[in-house]
Amino acid sequence: MQIAFAIIAALTLVSAIAAMSLRNLVHCALCLALAFAGLAAFYLQLGAAFAGWAQVLVYIGAVAILIVFAILLTRSGEGTPQPILSRSWGVGIAIAVLVFGVLAKAIMSSSLTSNSLLQKMPSKPEPTVHQIGDQLMTRYVLPLEIIGLLLTAAAIGAVIIAMKDAGKGQLTGPRAKATQMEIPPQSNNASSASHELEEVRS
Amino acid sequence: MIGELFNGLMLMIWKVLTDQPDPKADFLAALPERARPLVAAILSITPILMIFPGLFAATTWLERKGLGRIQNRLGPNRVGPFGWFQPIADGLKMLTKEDIVPRNADKVVHFLAPVVLLVPTLLAFAVLPYGRNLVPINLDAGMLFFFAVGASTELSIFMAGWASRNKYSLLGAMRAIAQMISYEIPLILSSVTVIMIAGSLSLVAIVQHQAGYTFGLVPHWYVLTPWGFAGFVIFIIASLAESNRSPFDLPEAESELIAGHLTEYSGFKYALFFLAEYLGMFAMCGLATTLFLGGWRAPLPFLEIVPGYIWFFGKLILLVFLFIWIRGTVPRLRVDQLLNLAWKFMLPMALLNLIVAAIWHYTGAWDFPSALLWRWLLCAGMIAGPYYWLGRGLTGRAKLVKRNYRFAD
Repeated sequence: MQIAFAIIAALTLVSAIAAMSLRNLVHCALCLALAFAGLAAFYLQLGAAFAGWAQVLVYIGAVAILIVFAILLTRSGEGTPQPILSRSWGVGIAIAVLVFGVLAKAIMSSSLTSNSLLQKMPSKPEPTVHQIGDQLMTRYVLPLEIIGLLLTAAAIGAVIIAMKDAGKGQLTGPRAKATQMEIPPQSNNASSASHELEEVRS
Repeated sequence: MIGELFNGLMLMIWKVLTDQPDPKADFLAALPERARPLVAAILSITPILMIFPGLFAATTWLERKGLGRIQNRLGPNRVGPFGWFQPIADGLKMLTKEDIVPRNADKVVHFLAPVVLLVPTLLAFAVLPYGRNLVPINLDAGMLFFFAVGASTELSIFMAGWASRNKYSLLGAMRAIAQMISYEIPLILSSVTVIMIAGSLSLVAIVQHQAGYTFGLVPHWYVLTPWGFAGFVIFIIASLAESNRSPFDLPEAESELIAGHLTEYSGFKYALFFLAEYLGMFAMCGLATTLFLGGWRAPLPFLEIVPGYIWFFGKLILLVFLFIWIRGTVPRLRVDQLLNLAWKFMLPMALLNLIVAAIWHYTGAWDFPSALLWRWLLCAGMIAGPYYWLGRGLTGRAKLVKRNYRFAD
């Protein structure tokens, strides 16, 4: 068990570091997908099969593909070589430590880790898919609905951005896509990436 | 020791052939305690690694013969009787070919792509129930596992297309990914109906739920219900697109893109892609069999003495033959037609089918006379009506007239 944990941990950490430091953006995206797979392996090792496979389905099946599409559609060629360490690395580390601290504090102070609750449970509970579904549909139905609404709003927003562009340019349909691939916009922000992806999908 | 092992092996083969519970027990009992988990896993993996590539070889022969018959020619007939040894000859040819990697290619990613594609495709076979007791692993979230490993093949197609440094490869990979993402949604939504009715993500439980016969004659397979039939059709169309088969073979359209993401692959790497594509098709057909066609269950009550795996593989091969038939019949779609079909037709129909499945579930409590008939009519009408209007609406009120063939008559 310990050996498996060590192997998965090493794999996840190495691929995460590679995802930050490699020069080629597509290599970074592939390494990130490997890091996602390592996280899924952690969930599986903890006996959370549903969370593990959902992680594979969502992160490797969808998020990694989205990142790769965004890279391909927003960058032309290799781009100018930049130093691996960004100038504001000090601020970055400070923010990372801060976020880690807040998350760690939240986890440590949650009721799940307090001793009284752990003592009440005689053994590790085995969460089944049935129980997870039951909880999602009864106790956590409101958060679930809100997340659904948020995602729908994001999808509609992406469609609206894509539609505006199609109206401005004379070209529509596959021709418009082809010209956009030849002259990719240089902006790298998330909204333009999602809009490009949406256009490819539609 | 050797004698015990041999006895255990023979008993195991006998138990597998007659579909008895726990076939591995006697063989494992003869082994030392520490080796048992590993050997048990190998015993589950080996048949999958033997049977499905074997089925792949048989299918290439069947496909070439079938397409030949459809196109009014003979098909392979030089190697062995009726060309039976053609797959072996093809395999040897692939093995002896030179492995060419483009000079500008990203060598590591180019090498990894076929491997990364094949491994998840093989993993998908782990959760399918092949018989009453022939289930490699009965996962609680079996269906989620199947779709999760299926989704991770998309990244490897991208890897193949991008690492080749070839415009045809990259265009083919982009097309393949856009197509796979689009058709994954109707695929999963049509399977969700089965989960709703069966109340489980475990494929074993889903097959269990399709047991029994109405009037001792009609099996309780989901394909024989209105929502199940619609779901089955949506599932088959979407799985055709997922496995990049004709009429959805745009990613490899020879006349436009040479061979899409396969352009820069040669020798055995190409064979691995080919193998993974067919294995993916078998996995999809296996899932369709399990979800809608009753899995390993017999079509008639008195046929239940025949072992379940014969029914499972029989249905699987029938579906594969259906795929070959469609490939020989339907012309290739354009990209815009492909995506329009997915988002404007299949997605609304799949969403509607979810509602119909819910109605079917709740009308199960009706108990007035001829309730079954009304339940059927309601659900079938809810699918047939929108199907008609949506289909007519999307063709743009084009007049459908009989086609005149000038040369083919």
